[in-house]
Amino acid sequence: MQPTSRQFHENVDKALHDADLQTALFRVDKNFTSRRTAAVTAMPEFEALRDDAVRIKDHTLAHLDLYLEKFEENVTANGGQVHWASTPEDARRIILELCQAAGARTVTKGKSMIAEEVALNPFLEANGITPVETDLGEYIIQLADEPPSHIIGPAIHKTKEQVSDLFVAHHEKYGKTKRLTEGVDLVAEAREVLRPRYLEADVGITGANFLIAETGTSVIVTNEGNGDLTQQLPRTHIVIASLEKVVPTLEDASTILRVLARSATGQQMSVYTTFSTGPRRPDDPDGPDSYHVVLVDNGRSKLLGTEFQDILRCIRCGACFNHCPVYASIGGHAYGWVYSGPMGAVLTPTMIGIEEAHHLPSATPFCGRCEAVCPMRIPLPKMMRHWREQAFDKKLDTARQRLAVKAWAWVAQRPALYRRLTGLAVRYLAWRGRPLGRMRDLPFAAGWTDARDLPAPQGQTFAAQWARRRGAKG
Amino acid sequence: MSGRGAILGRVRASLGPRDEDAARAAVAARLKRHPRNLVPDRANVGEAERVEMFVSQIEATHASVARVAAPDDVPAAVAAYLAQHNLPAAATLAPDVADLDWGSQPLLEARTGVPAEQDQVGVTAAFAAIAETGTLMLTSGRGSPITLNLLPDNHVVVLRRSQITGSLEDAWDALRASGGDAGMPRTAMFVSGPSSTADIELTLYLGAHGPRRLHIVLIED
Repeated sequence: MQPTSRQFHENVDKALHDADLQTALFRVDKNFTSRRTAAVTAMPEFEALRDDAVRIKDHTLAHLDLYLEKFEENVTANGGQVHWASTPEDARRIILELCQAAGARTVTKGKSMIAEEVALNPFLEANGITPVETDLGEYIIQLADEPPSHIIGPAIHKTKEQVSDLFVAHHEKYGKTKRLTEGVDLVAEAREVLRPRYLEADVGITGANFLIAETGTSVIVTNEGNGDLTQQLPRTHIVIASLEKVVPTLEDASTILRVLARSATGQQMSVYTTFSTGPRRPDDPDGPDSYHVVLVDNGRSKLLGTEFQDILRCIRCGACFNHCPVYASIGGHAYGWVYSGPMGAVLTPTMIGIEEAHHLPSATPFCGRCEAVCPMRIPLPKMMRHWREQAFDKKLDTARQRLAVKAWAWVAQRPALYRRLTGLAVRYLAWRGRPLGRMRDLPFAAGWTDARDLPAPQGQTFAAQWARRRGAKG
Repeated sequence: MSGRGAILGRVRASLGPRDEDAARAAVAARLKRHPRNLVPDRANVGEAERVEMFVSQIEATHASVARVAAPDDVPAAVAAYLAQHNLPAAATLAPDVADLDWGSQPLLEARTGVPAEQDQVGVTAAFAAIAETGTLMLTSGRGSPITLNLLPDNHVVVLRRSQITGSLEDAWDALRASGGDAGMPRTAMFVSGPSSTADIELTLYLGAHGPRRLHIVLIED
């Protein structure tokens, strides 16, 4: 998709004034966070499991080339085939060729972020192949022609009424003309419309939550079972996955599964966790005749050994989205590309460039909740800081911001002057904030005071109070 | 193969110099020994507790469980389940469960094989079950069509008490022990409840694409 991350501020403005979106975001906050907390509390070993999960990924990344070779060896031994794609273009071309070789006219798809990343659907369509998304959320946004707004709930920004409208507009060709108002009926209609699509598809494309080197297996995790139908019914199953999805063994995948669902939806296990190894065996009564795995790099190999390596531990659970005050205010689309939330603020610049995406790592209060809940302990705030440094070095911010930062740095390096100026500022603000204890407007700070009041400082600066307390104790 | 060489080359360049022999040895050892990581304590319990844990956990996911004394009681339990939900007395059986005494239920129309589009009930056998999370492990093979776990609206799974393990790792051990040189089956599905979705306003609905109902017939052997 064409990134709109440069227009981040316009996007944010739109999001903040979208009442439906704000209702939806409130629901995210209310549901996901409490469910995760309950699931984590019920697992006494959760912190230790996180440590193990981090160790597994760090070990794998340090030996990534070797595990990828082993993975390929075992896929091949089981009758499947691995394809290597350096770029999104490579990935699209390889998949198109596989679809054409299978004589495909329609393909069904399980939910896959990497397929969004390489913009697979528009490319297949342009080449005469109809992709049908089967995850209900992905299906809804495919009808709406929108990107996902949340990594595990692509359509969480849509209201029930908006889904009804989309179904009315797109299901008439299947003889469905009644406008449905109940969620249960909408789910049933989607099921009825999609079932024949599974049966007629020539190729099923899924992503992968894990690839297992030991066995040459790909793993998908869903609640709907759509990924299972997608891969079992057509003659050809294509898996698209990025390099860092590989883990060494079945045991290693099992450990990470224990933190994945709990962090994502608060489940112990998702409803379907499916391990697929090669095509159907000669004795098998069903299953696909051929099995392909397309491994996508798209810049990830260059992140190894850099200050951004840890983002490759990400298992796409969405916990950082659900606990982010910025995401909770603006939703996913404002970020302007496929990935949003804190992990998107770190990953997106690696793919579309910091020039395009420098607003994203800047939009953070550094509250640290994302890192606190990340099952893989990814230091997201630290990496956003690294991006800010790069943005500053590349002069991507405005002249006024740069001047302000430079002025602050100059003063901050002179402690006596800093103390005197901040002391003056605090007294001025306290005076100005009388008698309400807050101020409605302030010179140079309209960006803050236009939307809310600024509380007036109470008494002295922190440094002054600290010095006084220490003096009192000492 | 230019893609492959280029990608692996970039990975190696980024990782930098390392002791190649030690790295290869570490990888080979991990794959060969597949050591367990931390397994939660609650998975390490005796058989009786394991069975109760499995039942209560899977019931919490909107699945139901019926207990029978012996394998030959399974067909009657299936017939009772169909009657309870006002379903037609017809079921498609996996070959793995076709040997049970279906003749004891003359009113039940039982057919064996892969499911047809209109089939409403599938009966399959579990490979194992996991107490820790209340999860069924279903594997593909000659006697177990995988689509029978997915296409019919009602899925009945036959499980023996002795197949219930504590952890996911125990289930992998059971699979490794059973497979010999055959390795992994094409598909190993872990199923924790009926198909569900929360993609519309984060409200939970059952029966998204897979079975709306999941019923376990547990043989107390």
